[in-house]
Amino acid sequence: MEALYATTTGLLAACGVYLTLRGRTFPVVVGLTLLSYAVNLFLFSMGGLAMHGNPAVVGAGSPAADPLPQALVLTAIVIGFAMTAFVVILAMRARGDLGSDHVNGNRLDDSKEKEDTK
Amino acid sequence: MTLLLIVLLPLLGALVPLMARNLPRARLAWLTAVAPALALGIAVFHLGDVFSGMVPQFHLPWIAELGLNLSLRFDGLSGLFVLLILGIGLLIILYSRYYLSGEDSLARLYSFLMLFMTAMLGIVMADNLLLMWVFWELTSLSSFLLIGYWYQLSEARKGARMALTVTGAGGLALLAGILVIGHIVGSYQFDDVLAAADQIRSHELYPVALVLVLLGAFTKSAQFPFQFWLPHAMSAPTPVSAFLHSATMVKAGVFLLARMHPVLAGTDLWFYIVSLTGLATLLYGAWFALMKQDLKGVLAFSTISHLGLITLLFGFNSQMAAVAGLLHIINHATFKASLFMAAGIVDHECGTRDIRKLNGLYRYMPHTTVLAMVASASMAGVPLLNGFLSKEMFFAESLDAQLLGGLSWLIPALATLGGILSVAYSLRFIHDVFFNGEPKDLPKTPHEPPRYMKLPIEVLVLICLLVGILPSLVIKDLLVSASASVLAGPVPDFSLAIWHGFNLPLLMSGIALAGGVAVYALRHHLYSFQRQFRARNALLVFEANVQRLVKLSERSMDSFENGSLQRYMLWLLLTALLFVGIGLLVVPQLGGELEQQPFDGMLLTGAVITGLAGLGTAITHRKRLISLLMLSVVGLMTSLAFARFAAPDLALTQLAVEVVTMILLMLALFFLPQRTPKESSARRIMRDVLLASAFGVVVASLNFAILTRPVESISDFFMANAVSGGGGHNVVNVILVDFRGFDTLGEITVLGIAGLAIFKLLNRLRLFMPSSDLDGRGWSPDRHPMILATVSQTLLPLALLVSVYIFLRGHNAPGGGFIAGLVTAVAIILLYIARGVDWTQRWLRFPYQPVAAAGVLIAGLTGAGSWVFGYPFLTSSFGHFTLPVIGEIELATALLFDLGVYLTVVGATLMILANLGKLTTPHRPTKEKM
Repeated sequence: MEALYATTTGLLAACGVYLTLRGRTFPVVVGLTLLSYAVNLFLFSMGGLAMHGNPAVVGAGSPAADPLPQALVLTAIVIGFAMTAFVVILAMRARGDLGSDHVNGNRLDDSKEKEDTK
Repeated sequence: MTLLLIVLLPLLGALVPLMARNLPRARLAWLTAVAPALALGIAVFHLGDVFSGMVPQFHLPWIAELGLNLSLRFDGLSGLFVLLILGIGLLIILYSRYYLSGEDSLARLYSFLMLFMTAMLGIVMADNLLLMWVFWELTSLSSFLLIGYWYQLSEARKGARMALTVTGAGGLALLAGILVIGHIVGSYQFDDVLAAADQIRSHELYPVALVLVLLGAFTKSAQFPFQFWLPHAMSAPTPVSAFLHSATMVKAGVFLLARMHPVLAGTDLWFYIVSLTGLATLLYGAWFALMKQDLKGVLAFSTISHLGLITLLFGFNSQMAAVAGLLHIINHATFKASLFMAAGIVDHECGTRDIRKLNGLYRYMPHTTVLAMVASASMAGVPLLNGFLSKEMFFAESLDAQLLGGLSWLIPALATLGGILSVAYSLRFIHDVFFNGEPKDLPKTPHEPPRYMKLPIEVLVLICLLVGILPSLVIKDLLVSASASVLAGPVPDFSLAIWHGFNLPLLMSGIALAGGVAVYALRHHLYSFQRQFRARNALLVFEANVQRLVKLSERSMDSFENGSLQRYMLWLLLTALLFVGIGLLVVPQLGGELEQQPFDGMLLTGAVITGLAGLGTAITHRKRLISLLMLSVVGLMTSLAFARFAAPDLALTQLAVEVVTMILLMLALFFLPQRTPKESSARRIMRDVLLASAFGVVVASLNFAILTRPVESISDFFMANAVSGGGGHNVVNVILVDFRGFDTLGEITVLGIAGLAIFKLLNRLRLFMPSSDLDGRGWSPDRHPMILATVSQTLLPLALLVSVYIFLRGHNAPGGGFIAGLVTAVAIILLYIARGVDWTQRWLRFPYQPVAAAGVLIAGLTGAGSWVFGYPFLTSSFGHFTLPVIGEIELATALLFDLGVYLTVVGATLMILANLGKLTTPHRPTKEKM
């Protein structure tokens, strides 16, 4: 089961990284979101995977899941959302001000994009 | 305490000229002189103690953990230098008032001078090596300001830059050397270092420390091969040169040699490095002093030469040589300062410093001529002047140097050669400028300068004469006490007499004088000899090297920072892969000792769906909407995974965030291109796939490796203390609002800041709004479907009720401020979607920014509240209360903190989404007509 979990995490991370290497803003944002899922899953598993565990509530019975990674991941999820929001709106702003959604250092606004959106 | 005043007074004095800059010049000069004069008074007051063998000290711990303390000492060596710095400094203040023309700001010059004076005083009085280094760097900085005083001149700027680069780099070497010494000794206090001198000299790191410290001293004192910066520092105003190159700046280097003499000297290595460097510098400087056509250039190179002489003396490793070195420091300071000031007068009155034009000035300024002649004679080492005393001692010491074996006779021979050249250039300074025919087309007709402009020179020349004629009376006490600190022990008995009988040193002096006159007579042959060499301007060479360096760094920066996010990601990923990869390579085997748990069909299905959705997100990324839908599947599966592995809090949070994220991304997509054009080359895609795969493999391996090893978690502590310490049963929530409350406070602050930043980014954003979808179909005319509107309206109070419930129970059961906040936000957003921005804002008239701010404030104040009761920040307290109907309830201050979290989450989330949503309404302020 651990192998299955690790493989899934790795696969998500790989897909996320691939997307962050694209040359336009939106795939990069999607890639970052995907990567953050992978990272959250990874961090979450640091306390071990409680297959038959109980929630980390006192009195809920033992074995209980490790609460510490959960607390960390909980805030990570919320902060991750804030950062995704910031990045995507930065991308919109960049497109509004620069007229392009490139992130490959190429500022030229190609006509193909115009056609796409029309 | 009074010791501190010696350093502090000039520092405060740096402000005086700035505040008094509108006063008449004379008054400005007097006011500026007050602080250094007071400091000088204090120093003289302490001198009595010093002469009787005491060392006044001052100690104030500063950063004691690092060994850096504000410790000052006033031993003989410090006393000597303090007198020179303040005494000559005062004369310079008087002189500058006449030298500087009306257009230049006298106040600025004074202020820089005082700053520099402070730094110099700090160096010579520091009782802590690190403190000394701090002041050392301050001299580099303030001398940069002084040399670049005429910043409108390119020469001055470049000269200042070069001086700063060379001395600054040497300063860094010095710091390293000091750190090595501190490492050996375990303290930076000078007394401790002094006590550990033998330990340092026998330590294996001694050569390293020695070379580093000497690098600092040699760059500062312009020793060969670092001499090139000094002549270009001459682009400073002449009073500055007179100060920097006689008593201060360049003397800091030889001061360091003197200060570290009892600690580092006495070894063969010291002798070879220091004395040979000094000898080379002595000859190099003397030769070029003879060749220069610029009046200040002659003085600059003669300064280099004399610094070489002092260095050579300290390098001899003999007690008397150190005494002679100290004596020459005093003598050189007096005659060189007066010569610089005389050169300044010539420049000031004639408008040029070119020796080929300056001739026969004796007839125009006889008084100045006499003063310059005496100072020059002192420089040449003529009897009855102070320069003669130290030169005699120098010759005597050079005869005693034996470490060169069979070639030891070379040292006195070369010393005599240096003496010959020194006589020749001194003679040249006098004869060429003040006699030797008539001046040739001078820009101005020369005449005597104002009366008080000559006063500083007269004072210094008087000292030259007094020391030269009555040495035992005038200088002996100071010299003995300074020598005592340099030798750190008994000072050998010596007599400062003019006449020691006929001996070898006297013969050498005679040869030097006669030879000097002869060389001067033959100077034209030497000039034509020198002309065969191509003159290299050190400034140009230096600038070219600097330019080359800048180009190189620009090129390498450009290859890293080319504006492409893809490039940055590449470097980031490669670095991460490198370090994590190395970590994995070291592990003997991937799997740990733990048995894997079996998995069931449900888990397998979940994993497969997650993986496929992840792959789908990547593969369909050019069709953005589909990719986004795939992404949402991954998010939901993640939420299920949290639920499966006993983390209900996480599952709830993830679910709520997932909804908000998707709405956000869809809204954003509305304004962005709907599809990604095909751009990447096959090779690029190949590269990225490989890179991503490598990253995925590393992440998976790492995760597996950790999962199959037993964990030592600190969570047991939280589990055990949640109820007793935090008053809650839900440990995750207790960690968030209590144990790690400070982290959470930081996190909600970030959330609030992100919301504000987005609000700002959306301000006046001009966006292109598509009027139809990709295939040309118009948007649905039914903007607010009735069913959704009705349902959302009904759901809102219900959702709010649920969020209150989740919030209240959060401390004891899954839930809490984060989740409740997200649920509330989602409910309100649903209302926005169903009813539109206008309608919603009519009904919900609260601004989101203050809500978010109030949230952070409440959380912060809750934390601060514990201060009121004398507990550390964010200590929570709780109690049990019984409410009617509901029953017993536990109220904790953590609940208040959680309320802050709740409000921040609601405020920030809505700030982001509602403001973004507003852009889609027809009433947005910057609507573009398409």
